[in-house]
Amino acid sequence: MISLHGLTKEFPGGVRAVDGLDLAIADGEFFALLGPSGCGKTTLLRTIAGLEAPTSGRVVIGDADVTALPPGRRDVAMVFQDYALFPHMDVTANIAYPLRVKKVPRAEREAKAAETAARLSLSELLARRPAQLSGGQQQRVALARAIACHPAVFLFDEPLSNLDARMRLEARTFLKRLQRELAVTTVFVTHDQGEALAMADRIAVMSAGRIMQVGTPSEVFQRPANTFVASFIGSTPMNLLPGVAEDDGLHVAGAVLPPAPGVAGGEEIVYGLRPEYMDLADAARKDAFAGQVSVVENLGTSFLVTLEVTSPSGDHLVQAVVPEDAEPPPGARAWAVPRHPRALVYRHGALVVP
Amino acid sequence: MTGDGVTRDSVTGGGTTGDGVTRGGTAGGGRVVTVETDRVRHAVAVLGRATFLAAVAGFFALPLLWLATAPFDAHPTITASVPEFTLRNFRALLDNPYVLSSLGNSVIQAAASAALVVVLAALAAYALSRVRVPGRDALLYVLLLLSSVVTGTAAMVPIFELATRLDLIDTHLGVILTLSGGLLPAAIFILKDFMDGTPTSYEESARVFGASPLQILRHIVIPVIRPGLATIAVWAVASVWGSFLTPFILLRDPAKAPGAVILYTLYTEGGSPRLDLISTFSLLYSLPVVLMYVFVSRRYGFRFHGGIKR
Amino acid sequence: MNTDAAGLGRARAFGFVLPALVLVGVFLIFPALWTIYLGLTDFRLTGLAAANPSLVGADNYLTALGDERFHTSLWLTVQFVLGSAVIGQAGLGFAIAWALRNRTGPVKRTVEGLVLLAWILPSSVVAFLWIALLDRDQGTLNAFLHTPGFAWLLDHPMASIIVFNTWRGTAFSMMLYGAALENVPPSHLETARLAGASTFQQLRDVVFPRITGHMLTNLLLISLWTFNDFTSFQITAGGPEGRSEILPVYIYNVAVSGGRLGFGAAVSFLVLLINLVLALVYLRLLRGRRGVAT
Repeated sequence: MISLHGLTKEFPGGVRAVDGLDLAIADGEFFALLGPSGCGKTTLLRTIAGLEAPTSGRVVIGDADVTALPPGRRDVAMVFQDYALFPHMDVTANIAYPLRVKKVPRAEREAKAAETAARLSLSELLARRPAQLSGGQQQRVALARAIACHPAVFLFDEPLSNLDARMRLEARTFLKRLQRELAVTTVFVTHDQGEALAMADRIAVMSAGRIMQVGTPSEVFQRPANTFVASFIGSTPMNLLPGVAEDDGLHVAGAVLPPAPGVAGGEEIVYGLRPEYMDLADAARKDAFAGQVSVVENLGTSFLVTLEVTSPSGDHLVQAVVPEDAEPPPGARAWAVPRHPRALVYRHGALVVP
Repeated sequence: MTGDGVTRDSVTGGGTTGDGVTRGGTAGGGRVVTVETDRVRHAVAVLGRATFLAAVAGFFALPLLWLATAPFDAHPTITASVPEFTLRNFRALLDNPYVLSSLGNSVIQAAASAALVVVLAALAAYALSRVRVPGRDALLYVLLLLSSVVTGTAAMVPIFELATRLDLIDTHLGVILTLSGGLLPAAIFILKDFMDGTPTSYEESARVFGASPLQILRHIVIPVIRPGLATIAVWAVASVWGSFLTPFILLRDPAKAPGAVILYTLYTEGGSPRLDLISTFSLLYSLPVVLMYVFVSRRYGFRFHGGIKR
Repeated sequence: MNTDAAGLGRARAFGFVLPALVLVGVFLIFPALWTIYLGLTDFRLTGLAAANPSLVGADNYLTALGDERFHTSLWLTVQFVLGSAVIGQAGLGFAIAWALRNRTGPVKRTVEGLVLLAWILPSSVVAFLWIALLDRDQGTLNAFLHTPGFAWLLDHPMASIIVFNTWRGTAFSMMLYGAALENVPPSHLETARLAGASTFQQLRDVVFPRITGHMLTNLLLISLWTFNDFTSFQITAGGPEGRSEILPVYIYNVAVSGGRLGFGAAVSFLVLLINLVLALVYLRLLRGRRGVAT
């Protein structure tokens, strides 16, 4: 178990990369730190590893407060974004390196390295140098090196970012299965929401050194706690349209939608709906956004349609995902009908919980 | 786009190559003209580059000719010429009592200085590269400045006095320490640059696995910057091997003098240089550094890796 | 971003720097300070003042600054540095690096090998090589050019040592620029070529802006080294009539040959100051560039 208490990291110059952060990660959990670049997620990971000393706050791993301990005594293993495989050592020596530091006899550590390598199907490559390996192989060597020392916690910094798109999907599945098998608490950093949703048991979405939401992938995806998370999660960004909650319903971008619980009396709100929950109609409706089709993007089995909506409250872009063969031609008039039960209403940026 | 090419080519082509191709083609068929002039220009460029490289090779080879011919010439003059081949000069050289021992002295002084410079510079460069020390750049530049001025003639008197007081006159150690002190700043400067160009994730990775700073240095840093260390070692050996003034001043006993000093003793009683011995010894004396350079550059690559960045 | 990757800590870092600092302190800084002190005395190699030097204050400095021979020597040194370091070594070094930039094979190896050989040979040997090359009666160069009896070292001593020092030191610049050119992304050059840039334009717009840092550092190093280079003494000894007496040779001639050690030390200190100014100018340029670039 990892718990962070009031963790703050301030760099010289006054930049707060991590800002008074509390977090608990359960045993065996596969936990993602997700956020745009510069949000402090890597600094947070490095602070857990002990590579950065926090300005204030505590880091607890297991039952021990490790805040003051050097990285080597925290029983963690880290896989770096560039893998940091030692260029002058072959695969065996790289994997065995943590054991060499622990003064395990050579024969024993080489046997252990070979065993770990076999598990990650690296047996053929034991005598190679890192420069002779592909990106995917390098990643597996880095993983093997982390596994070989049996740590209590794995820390992965952007583990998939150096792989090409196809390898990334393979590695994603592989990594998730590996983590299940090993059942070691794992924290990984990523800027790719798809990666976080696919792999993690739970996700912490970060922005500007703070945690915006912590939850399972479904929670984060279906009920983003605020507009930041709502706009950040999802392969097609959520429609977030400003509107006003009147007594007769929500007035959003020219449409009048059924009232939502918890908001009323002319309050300004943001109406959130994923494009996947938006249907297209070809006749005018009161509860639909009327607009002109400006872009149609092929997503494979479906299409993403962008409508330019002109309304008294301003111009907006509304996106909808429609099944294949149902896409309108660009330039056509169309009406986007929200599936209202799926809608999320935000007030002052935060989700209004009914 | 083609039109653009024609106007530009007719200007430059007319000026540099001056053949009829551009003149003939201005009316029509601009594409053909561009391709033709491009081909001519390419040929001129290739020829120019080849000429330049040949000239450079000639310039750098010319002074070396004498070194290659005179030692094997029975009657060497100062002119490099096809020798009347003989190895007698080498035998004559070995009759000089100080020649062989001077080579040994050179080896001792060069090897010890290089070792000292590499070890101390590596430690210092590593710390300066990885730990933020206030004013480290200013310090380095000041040392660099001092080293280039002081190692010349400027501080010879104080260095002699210093060596006298520390009882280092007529010792290898005196020469070694003095020369190392002069070489260190530039060595630190260049090695620090090597370090700056090495990703810190190697060390951080080792650190997470529990390696101590000394282990990191031994297991990771030194092997990774080995080409840099080799470059510095070669550079240090070559500098010491050729230095004349410091050993000349600090060593009285000719039995301890290095080859660079002994080379200047190979004169006749009348005071004119004995060209047979000088050329032969020059060759003999140059060979070790050249061989060492060839060995190191084959093994590690002799280069200022990422270059000096700042 | 991170200040201490290996977790050295200030104390251990200091311990790593200390041995080098001690050696440099004793054999470099201390003699330098001593030189400054000697410059204030009338210390001589022989005679009464050798045993018992007395403080003469700024006399040596005033004498030097008013000395015609010092002025000439300074001017010759400026010529030497500009001619052999800035134009010769840096210019030729860059030209060679550029001409060889994406070549491999025997041509590259031969040219680089010869240039490096000139750099790696011991200076004592090198001096003899050039005496043999430039000798009036039997020199290889005269035989080569069919100009028997042309006295290069007597008629053109400065030009001779400038060419000599270019020959001797180009390798360093060549290697440094070679490494620097590898840092210029090929895509940048290709973009410029696609836009129709000439070689000169490619250099000016793509290459130089990217390697300014390398160029300035290289210039700083080779200027300092050239300014204080003593090897030319072994070729011309400053002659004839002081026409190639650059400052290091001048110092040797007045201090060791002339026996005026105190005066020599004062000139040394002046040289140090000039070098300091030179270094500050380069660093200024370097810093200015960094301010713009980042």
